Amino acid sequence: MIRVVLPPHLRTLARVTDEVTIDLPAAVPLTRTALLDALEAQYPMLRGTIRDHVTAQRRPFLRFFACARDLTHEPPDALLPGAVASGEEPFLVVGAIAGG
Amino acid sequence: MSGVRVLVGTRKGAFILTADGKRRDWNVSGPHFAGWEIYHMKGSPADPARLYASQSSGWFGQVIQRSSDGGKTWETPGGGVTMVPGAGPKGESNMFVYDVSPKTGKPLTTHQWYDGTQHPWEFKRVWHLEPSLTDPDAVYAGVEDAGLFRSSDGGTTWQELAGLRGHGTGPQWQPGAGGMCLHTILIDPSNPKRLYIAISAAGAFRSDDAGRTWRPINRGLHSQYIPDPGAEVGHCVHRLALHPSRPNVLFMQKHWDVMRSDDGGDSWREISGNLPTDFGFVIDVHAHEPETIYVVPIKSDSEHYPPEGKLRVYRSQSGGNEWEALTKGLPQRDCYVNVLRDAMCVDMLDPCGVYFGTTGGQVYASADGGDSWAPIVHDLPAVLSVEVQSLP
Repeated sequence: MIRVVLPPHLRTLARVTDEVTIDLPAAVPLTRTALLDALEAQYPMLRGTIRDHVTAQRRPFLRFFACARDLTHEPPDALLPGAVASGEEPFLVVGAIAGG
Repeated sequence: MSGVRVLVGTRKGAFILTADGKRRDWNVSGPHFAGWEIYHMKGSPADPARLYASQSSGWFGQVIQRSSDGGKTWETPGGGVTMVPGAGPKGESNMFVYDVSPKTGKPLTTHQWYDGTQHPWEFKRVWHLEPSLTDPDAVYAGVEDAGLFRSSDGGTTWQELAGLRGHGTGPQWQPGAGGMCLHTILIDPSNPKRLYIAISAAGAFRSDDAGRTWRPINRGLHSQYIPDPGAEVGHCVHRLALHPSRPNVLFMQKHWDVMRSDDGGDSWREISGNLPTDFGFVIDVHAHEPETIYVVPIKSDSEHYPPEGKLRVYRSQSGGNEWEALTKGLPQRDCYVNVLRDAMCVDMLDPCGVYFGTTGGQVYASADGGDSWAPIVHDLPAVLSVEVQSLP
C-alpha cells in the first residue's frame, strides 16, 4: 500500500480529506510514472492536473517530495525510495510556492 | 418567471446569487471551488438546472465542472472515483487537444508570437462556455490559445472545431496583453448553424455551417494599433452581443470603438457617439428592446478604470450614437475598478434586469433596465464573469 499526500486543492477535487492509498501489484516496479498512472486511474478527475494529458509532463508549479528529498527532477521512470514502496513514508505532491 | 440565479466567476472561486422576481433580497452561495479562478459559468437555456463552470489554476491547469441541480452539487464530467483501475471513467473533461493536419500530422497552423515569429498553439484555459440553446448536453468552449471546442456529452469529452484555426488567417493572430483567447460565442437562435465568435487579438468570425468552416467578419473595423488599421484580421474585439429577435444585428465593444453591424457582421459602423471614452470590455442588449444597449466606458487601454473615478453604465435606446449615463446607485467618486468582458448580462424578466461585476469584487444589479442600481455583494474577489438565469 503506497501513501500519497495531495495538495489541498487536489484533495478537494478528488473528494478526499486525508492522504490517499494506492495498491500496485508487487511485480510492478514503483516508479513515479507507475504511481501517478495508478493514482489517476483511481481518481480520474485528477488527470491533467498533475501531468499534462498528452505529454505526461509534470505541470510546472508542482513538485514531488519523499523521504525528505526533492524527487521532482528525477527521471519519471526512476525507482522511488523503498520507504515509499513499503508505505513507511508518503509520496508528496506539492504545489510550488508561487505568487504573492 | 419566479426569480433569477446570477452566476459569478471570480479570481478565487464561484458564487451563486439568487433572488425572487423583485430582485431586492439576495441569497449568496459560495465560494464554490474556493481558491480557483472561475473564468466563466453558464446555464443551459434548455435545462436551467444544468450549469457548466470553467475552473482553472496556474498550478493544476483546467478543470470542467458540471451541475445538474442548479449549482447545489457539482461533478467533473466523467471523472468519478473508481476502485477498479482501468474500468473507470477516463477523466477527459479537461482534455482540450488541438487538431493536427490530417496530411502531415503536424500542428494545423501557428500564430504570431510577441517577437513576430510563428508559435504553435498551446492550450491554457477555457475562457467561455456557451451551452446549446436546445440540448443540455451540448456545449461550446472558447479557449486560450484561441480555439473553439464542442462537447456533445455534457462536457465529458471535447472536440475542436478546427475549421476556425485552419481557414487560413491563423498565422496573423496574436496574443494581446491578456493572452490569445476566444472569449465570445454567440449562437443564432433562428439558425443554430450560424455561430459568431470573437478573439483577442484576431477579430470576429462567423460560421454558417455549425462551425465546420469560418470566415473573418471585420470589414469596417479600424484599429490604429495594428500595422494596417483596416486589416481583415488582427483587431482586438472585446465582446459581441445580439438580441435573439434580430440575430443579424450585432453590437461590438472593441479595444477602442463601439461598433454595430446590421448584416450579420458583413460590415460594421461605429456607434460610439457621445460616449466619454469608447474603450471598454462589456456590451449587452436589453432583453425586450433590441435597440437598447449597454456599455461601461473605461478610460483607456493603459488605465483600466472608469473616467474621472465615476462608475457609469451608458445606455443607448437608439441602437447607438446617443448615449446616456446611468449613475443612480453607482459610486460617483474615487472608483477605480474595471469591468471585464464577460462580466455583464441581462435577465429576461420585465422590467429587464441588468447585472455587472467589477474587479473590486462588487456585483451590481438593476431591476429597472439600468435606471437605478444597487450592489448585491461588494467584497468578493475580482469578478471575471457574470451570467444570469431567469427561472420559471
